[in-house]
Amino acid sequence: MDNVAIIGVAQTKYEKGKTKNYAELVYEVSRMALDDAGLELADIDNVVTTTNDFYDGRTIACMAIAEAAGSYGRDATNVEGDGTLSAFYGLMRTLSDVYGTTLVTTHCKVSEGAPRKIFNQMFDPIYDRRLGMDAISSSALQARAYMDRYGITQEQCARVSVKNHGNARNNPYAHVPLDITVEDVMKSPVLADPIKRLDVAPVSDGACAIILAKEDRVKNGRRKPVWVKGVAHCTDAYRLGERDLSRAGALEEAARKAYAMAGVKDPSKEIDVAEVYDAFSYMELLWYEGLGFCGAGESGRLIDSGVTGMAGALPVNPSGGVLSAHAVQVAGLARIAECVLQLRGEAGRRQVPGAKLALAHGITGICAQTHCVWVLSDTPAKEV
Amino acid sequence: MAKRTAIVGVGQTNHTSKRRDVNGQELINEAVKRALADAGLTLRDIDAFVIGNMDHFEGINCVDGWSIDGSGAYMKPIMKVTTGGSTGGTLGSSAYYHVASGLFDVVMAIGWEKNSESDTQAAISTCADPILERDFFGGAIGPNAAEYAMYMKQYGASQEDAAMVAVRDHNNALNNPYAHLRKFITVEEVMNSPMLCYPIKLLDSCPRSDGACAVIYASEDRAPKIAPRPAWIHATAVSHDYVYFGDYDWEAMPTLEATASRVYKRAGITNPLKDIDVMELYLPFSTCGVVWMEHMWVCERGESPKLIRKGVFNMEGELPVNPSGGVLSTNPIGATALIRIGEAALQVMGKADDRQVPNVRTAMATAFGSCYWFEATILRSTMS
Amino acid sequence: MDNETILEVREKDGLLVHQGVIRVPYTWAAGEAASQFYAGLARKVIYGIRCTHCDMVFVPPKKTCHQCFAELGEWVKVSSRGVLETFTVVHYSEPELHPVQAPFAYGIIKLDGASTGMAHIIQGVDLDRLQAGMSLEAVFKEQPEGNYLDITCFRPAGEAKGHG
Repeated sequence: MDNVAIIGVAQTKYEKGKTKNYAELVYEVSRMALDDAGLELADIDNVVTTTNDFYDGRTIACMAIAEAAGSYGRDATNVEGDGTLSAFYGLMRTLSDVYGTTLVTTHCKVSEGAPRKIFNQMFDPIYDRRLGMDAISSSALQARAYMDRYGITQEQCARVSVKNHGNARNNPYAHVPLDITVEDVMKSPVLADPIKRLDVAPVSDGACAIILAKEDRVKNGRRKPVWVKGVAHCTDAYRLGERDLSRAGALEEAARKAYAMAGVKDPSKEIDVAEVYDAFSYMELLWYEGLGFCGAGESGRLIDSGVTGMAGALPVNPSGGVLSAHAVQVAGLARIAECVLQLRGEAGRRQVPGAKLALAHGITGICAQTHCVWVLSDTPAKEV
Repeated sequence: MAKRTAIVGVGQTNHTSKRRDVNGQELINEAVKRALADAGLTLRDIDAFVIGNMDHFEGINCVDGWSIDGSGAYMKPIMKVTTGGSTGGTLGSSAYYHVASGLFDVVMAIGWEKNSESDTQAAISTCADPILERDFFGGAIGPNAAEYAMYMKQYGASQEDAAMVAVRDHNNALNNPYAHLRKFITVEEVMNSPMLCYPIKLLDSCPRSDGACAVIYASEDRAPKIAPRPAWIHATAVSHDYVYFGDYDWEAMPTLEATASRVYKRAGITNPLKDIDVMELYLPFSTCGVVWMEHMWVCERGESPKLIRKGVFNMEGELPVNPSGGVLSTNPIGATALIRIGEAALQVMGKADDRQVPNVRTAMATAFGSCYWFEATILRSTMS
Repeated sequence: MDNETILEVREKDGLLVHQGVIRVPYTWAAGEAASQFYAGLARKVIYGIRCTHCDMVFVPPKKTCHQCFAELGEWVKVSSRGVLETFTVVHYSEPELHPVQAPFAYGIIKLDGASTGMAHIIQGVDLDRLQAGMSLEAVFKEQPEGNYLDITCFRPAGEAKGHG
């Protein structure tokens, strides 16, 4: 892969019930990403937006945000899914001979729709949609399958929630920074056991944008470019009953490919910081294993040991993660944006000192049917 | 390393008004299997997939994950792209950039729609801004009717000129076993068909179809080994108009002009009438087949009716348009524009059977949808 | 048009917020495999479909094997009893989604003779006593409608109705 850098990032603050409409949110992050990169719109060769007609409450929702993303008068396209996938498509377009720079945007106002009903529309209309499952209840099936198989405890999941909400106190964009204890999580109301209120990501509105550039379009600006070393995505079987819910097979495959591209041999040693899509606390543990941060079933011990805490050897979700801000379709791109800040050394109070290699991760679908893994570095693959 | 990219296989369903015998996944599967057979490949050869449709036409959220049993993307990368009526063009471009990036060798694009399964008009009306325009938006026909009424007045064109386009496309469909409407019609029958929105009549209009299309793209390393005569992608381009329909300039068609100019420039085309051997155009109404030829720089303003009367765009003419029968005979929306690309590729590959135009070296396919979102692809029989 | 639009206008922070509904009617062709499955349920028989290549029996059935991509056509009767693989007890209420009132349980049940699990509702049991590995059986609807709830729910195998 040729060298491509992320040269600009922007996020809104994540909140519930933002009064700006989603086109205004997209404009806000597009403008800020350009400023961050020190570019003007004229420097952008093409645009990749991200929409979902159900969440956006509009057919062909890409129309509604096209102008706001600055795509009028230039090539544009639109992905439906997590922002890590939009960014991946943006990377492909940047790697082709056609475009040198790509602006990628994603937005969601989860609070404006009926997220449980919208999630239910992912289930098969001729089979199990009638059961009425949503993100919480279906994920609870995955949580138990995983926890039962490996003896992961609810307290260990709670520790993820405590860590991430605590980290969120250092992130000005986070929606739900909290100073809580394992006991608080354990005592929070059970929604669908083993998932409790404080194991669940909030309903958030927000937007995120990044700008990708080919090596010859990376200017010596005020921001340090962050280089893409490896990316891959993978999708598991559709029906829950056809999947081994206790393992993240699609994540293992995506990680294997992304690591191979990036030349990462031992992720637990080489990666300095990771931002993963923890829509539920158990997910972060299951993703540790899929990402090879530890062996199968060892995540409980990993979180107990503090390795993934801010002071540990491999901090995960210094931003507070998705548990602290969950604008659907935005959350994966926000993971990338956070890794960029880490590798620039601009992550403020949530900075992992000296971070040189970072991992960002996104999911989409029922029980994370699709995973996308990004490996980012502060240095290009080949010397410039 | 960026790669040259070619189409090496095309598959489509036998399009029809209602496919009650299969569900969506099974419909997709038919096209996928036909594309694999056409290319002489198996599923194992496909490195990645892109899929698209319109959310509110089937009511299935995240069709990328839902499609697995039909698409075959199990434990492989799949992502969804969507831009309304132009989705098929967006899909083709996406598969192209997957390969052109150098990251994937063989990629399948899948477009599909079961229009019979929802209230298309109820769904499409929700594409208008909910606060300002939704209450009075009546779908695509009004603006196109107004466009042609103005055109007739300005250039002395007639309803019969449009009817000749309808006759051409409908009768071409007689040579296409996959077309939905295959009935010989005359100008008189078009003129006598019920008026829908002056001056557009029933036989000037596209139908709604159930169908799917799959197109396989391969890199320069693989394409020549898969297909004896691959259809090389030389350029794609896209433009879209503003968010609010009220802002459009219905007479100038700036986005079609921008798309055509850009794609010609990228492919080195200076005189489309001479340089292009066949076009598969997304013409939702016959009237567009008159007016849009000029915005695509095929002829001067006001000249199109003369060329149509001379038969320039007929099968035996200088620049045959829509040998497949076009959108007027077949319109499974999410697949429609991908069918244009697939049909253009078949022409270049010399595999279009009874609808083959002799000696095609250069072909053009277009897509149209949403906010006058035009996408175009130029294909050639030679790599460079 | 019945899918429309603005029902209510509210004010927040000096700005207006419009509220509406998108209502689009859908029909979904079930296809051959699902139609056969539901025809079986009407006779209180659960059918799976076998992939001979992968040696898998899919319940509910489908036309294509996602692993080897073969078209499937070998029908297999499977037991209406099976093993609970994973479950959750739902404590929140979502009346427009949930077919039964909370608290209730969802589970994935692998029927005897099937290779894949079936997501469903579990009733007729003390929810505190649910555990993975327990044996459950399908409860068939007396007046089947040709949909997924023609199996009303699963309950502990061999136990009496109306318990819990």
